[in-house]
Amino acid sequence: MNIYACIKQVPDTEASILIKDGRTINEANVKWIISPYDEYAVEEALKLKEKNPGSRVTAVCLGPDRVQNALRTALAMGADAAVHVECAAMLDAQNTARALAHVIRADKDFGVIFLGRQAIDDDASQVHLLLAEELSIPAATNVLVFACTGATARVEREIGEGAREVIEMAVPCVVAAAKGLNTPRYASMMGIMKAKKIEIKKVALAETGVDEAQNKVRLLKLSAPAEKPQGRVIPGEPADAVRELVRLLREEAKVL
Amino acid sequence: MANIGLYMELKDGVFKKSNRELLSLARKGGHDVQAVIFCSDVQPYLEELKGIQAVIQVTGADLSYQPDRFARTLASVIETFQLDVFCGIYSAQGKDLFPRLAAKVKAGLVSDCLAVDLGARTAVKPVYSGKLLAEYQIEGERALFTVRPNVIPIDPPAGSAPEIKTAAMDNGETQSRITEVIKGASQKVDLTEAEIIVSGGRAMKAKENFAVLEDLAKVLNAGVGASRAAVDSGFASSDMQVGQTGKVVNPKLYIACGISGAIQHFVGMKTSKVIVAVNKDPEAPIFKKADYGIVGDLFTVVPLLKEEVKRTLA
Ligand SMILES: Cc1cc2nc3c(=O)[nH]c(=O)nc-3n(C[C@H](O)[C@H](O)[C@H](O)COP(=O)(O)OP(=O)(O)OC[C@H]3O[C@@H](n4cnc5c(N)ncnc54)[C@H](O)[C@@H]3O)c2cc1C
Ligand SMILES: Nc1ncnc2c1ncn2[C@@H]1O[C@H](COP(=O)(O)O)[C@@H](O)[C@H]1O
Repeated sequence: MNIYACIKQVPDTEASILIKDGRTINEANVKWIISPYDEYAVEEALKLKEKNPGSRVTAVCLGPDRVQNALRTALAMGADAAVHVECAAMLDAQNTARALAHVIRADKDFGVIFLGRQAIDDDASQVHLLLAEELSIPAATNVLVFACTGATARVEREIGEGAREVIEMAVPCVVAAAKGLNTPRYASMMGIMKAKKIEIKKVALAETGVDEAQNKVRLLKLSAPAEKPQGRVIPGEPADAVRELVRLLREEAKVL
Repeated sequence: MANIGLYMELKDGVFKKSNRELLSLARKGGHDVQAVIFCSDVQPYLEELKGIQAVIQVTGADLSYQPDRFARTLASVIETFQLDVFCGIYSAQGKDLFPRLAAKVKAGLVSDCLAVDLGARTAVKPVYSGKLLAEYQIEGERALFTVRPNVIPIDPPAGSAPEIKTAAMDNGETQSRITEVIKGASQKVDLTEAEIIVSGGRAMKAKENFAVLEDLAKVLNAGVGASRAAVDSGFASSDMQVGQTGKVVNPKLYIACGISGAIQHFVGMKTSKVIVAVNKDPEAPIFKKADYGIVGDLFTVVPLLKEEVKRTLA
């Protein structure tokens, strides 16, 4: 089976994000990582491959040149191949999905496609489901448990309040990972050495038939949210502090 | 003026609170508003739907949630009733349904909106885990939005009863099948829609100790959350995790107990209206982010707090 993991490169979770010209962020000093949910996607792809000898895992990433680092990381974790869809423009979720679908569709033998349930930069939580619609295959998102018996996949996804939906679907299918699906492995030294020798396949955005002008969702502007004013620590013995806290919550904050 | 459609979510037949938020948003601005609701009897919900033009009742032999069927049915409702703008809740179901629907009606979607201008088709949503806000505009024939729960103030329903229209459920083939819904332990409160959340961190030390938080949560009718450290240590289940790789929550009151306040936790709860921190370290970063703080041992403070709340609310 040809297994895919679509990964996005995003700023490190610790990075402070500054706005550059109203619509983009200042990329100077930003450390880039694979979006955390996409790490779960890569890990699950590798686990599936290990259970199905002869399978291959291909990591796919759309973005500017810097995203090759994210693909190298996926290769070092154990992916067999990597595809870079070269795109410096800002695509909306629909166009991103269409470009990814173009790459995957070229492979007649694609099986399970893993993605994250959302990318932690735009937080759109759409591309995985749009990709599945584009490929006319089933999908499940926010997946915590995945099992595959060749022709069918069985997943459990979280739907709030600790409840889960159990879903059965035919392979090929899209599975979008939630935290808890697995624990992503670290790249081994050997993996890193091996990854260096693999050539990342490049696909120009134009080849996919997608371009920025087709975006339906346009970013008008970025802004910084209002800062919360510094709060206060309530002094006194625990019993007194607690009494005062409850009074403040009722009378000042009016939340009780 | 636009034709606005709203997807009303039911949970075991109960009208979700966030539906009222959507209705409050849509009633403003003089649009034609139609609410879509999958149910065999629409009467119980008519009071809530006062002041909008119509309710589109979707009926069928099997109304249980299957994403393919719901997406196809809604796509045909959108076509038939010519809805130009269609909104839902950014809930577990909304996250599953709306992107599929967007693909089917070939419309742009902005998810997790904090504010939506239905006429201009613009919306503001948090990006970079809430570190920035982004304003988007949707172009094309139709526009879809999902709105974050607990953000839009609720106006009580007023006005005349809506006209009742009907549509049929698409019970055709599905590509995937929900074969079972496993209920969570006890009736937990859904954190993403909870009004009050009590959360515990690494300081809880053991799974059993979460009972201390649950006791407080019971008197507050609150949900119980956790930091990643508490989840990774096995004290709490992963569906309880609040933060960047857990849930983004938006309650009116968030009480963080024995949580240091790491950025990845903070981004998951920073939009809470009021944040309270209980931590024994006066230097803990959480105190810089909390509206009110108590420096002390949570195992002393939380039980006292429970008693005090019980007394005041009695
Ligand atoms: C990619 C990535 C994603 C992440 N995602 C998340 C996420 O989604 N959610 C999340 O929470 N974290 C996340 N983290 C982890 C985050 O960085 C912190 O490590 C984590 O939030 C710390 O949890 P904590 O506050 O419970 O533990 P600690 O930081 O260890 O803090 C424990 C606190 O308890 C206090 N304390 C100890 N005993 C007591 C007592 N008896 N009474 C009162 N106070 C006491 C201590 O003073 C301390 O402040 C992520 C990290 C990374 C790198
Ligand atoms: N540029 C991209 N390249 C590869 N995969 C992507 C890209 N953007 C989004 N994805 C995938 O789609 C998921 C959901 O992204 P989003 O809809 O942006 O929240 C991510 O977790 C990735 O797995």
